[in-house]
Amino acid sequence: MDTARARERAETGAGTLVGVWATLLALTGVLVAANHYAPGNPGIVAVMVITPVKAALVGWHFMHLREEGRAVRIMLFAAMAVVVVFIGLMMLDYGFR
Amino acid sequence: MSAEAALSHPAPHRDDVASRMGMWIFLLTELFLFGGIFVAYAAYRALHREAFHHAGAELDAVLGVANTAVLLTSSLTVALGVHAFRRGRDREAPCWLGLTVLLAFAFLVVKGIEWVTKYQHGLFPGQPRLGGLPAGERLFFGLYFAATGLHALHVVAGAVLLGVTCALVARGRVRPDAPSVLENAGIYWHLVDTIWIVILPLFYLAA
Repeated sequence: MDTARARERAETGAGTLVGVWATLLALTGVLVAANHYAPGNPGIVAVMVITPVKAALVGWHFMHLREEGRAVRIMLFAAMAVVVVFIGLMMLDYGFR
Repeated sequence: MSAEAALSHPAPHRDDVASRMGMWIFLLTELFLFGGIFVAYAAYRALHREAFHHAGAELDAVLGVANTAVLLTSSLTVALGVHAFRRGRDREAPCWLGLTVLLAFAFLVVKGIEWVTKYQHGLFPGQPRLGGLPAGERLFFGLYFAATGLHALHVVAGAVLLGVTCALVARGRVRPDAPSVLENAGIYWHLVDTIWIVILPLFYLAA
């Protein structure tokens, strides 16, 4: 099967796109509610869970990552991992000073 | 076309896979650009937790959430435009792209209202009130203006890119059997949306 046909099979349908958009709006509502009614650590936990989920939904469906090959996915994952490691190491540094 | 004519006028070279890969590599550089700001935010928030909380209370979360809804909707309109175009509905696609440009403009208007309000409150860079705040609050507003300003520049660039792509599609210069130009413009716009998805909680909700 050639790449073009593989992409066509993996393409997200219009109904799914609308569903993803509605989910993103709902998750934003949950995030706002969590930080309004449970500020502090629960709100931050909500941010750390919901924000990556929202970004992943946009990447997977809207940015067509589900249609891309392994090379693009690995490249993106590696770059994200580097940013997470940078932030993690820095927080460890501040945490144990 | 005769063999002789084909040799003298070869079809233009096209490599859709390389085109998308190049776009993704560019987007990764953008990720690191904003990643630097987010790393700085994490570092200074760890040092000035209370100050970030007080400064964050000065921001209007309603405007931030409204702009999130605008950008998420604009991502949907781009995605529907690309979807329609791939299925050969090349008259429908420019409508979606035009709507996206309008939503980008709406985002910038809301952002402008927000910045003007900050100016009126004396919290704009260079104003005496901001200069008199504790170091942590000054750092918060410095990061806020850097992140949202850089993001707004990307919104302008994305809107121009989508506007040009819309014109190319409407004139038939981009064909449904070669949608890479439109797809890449769309991916860029979604990155702008993704960056805002991170900015909203950091500055407007959890500070």
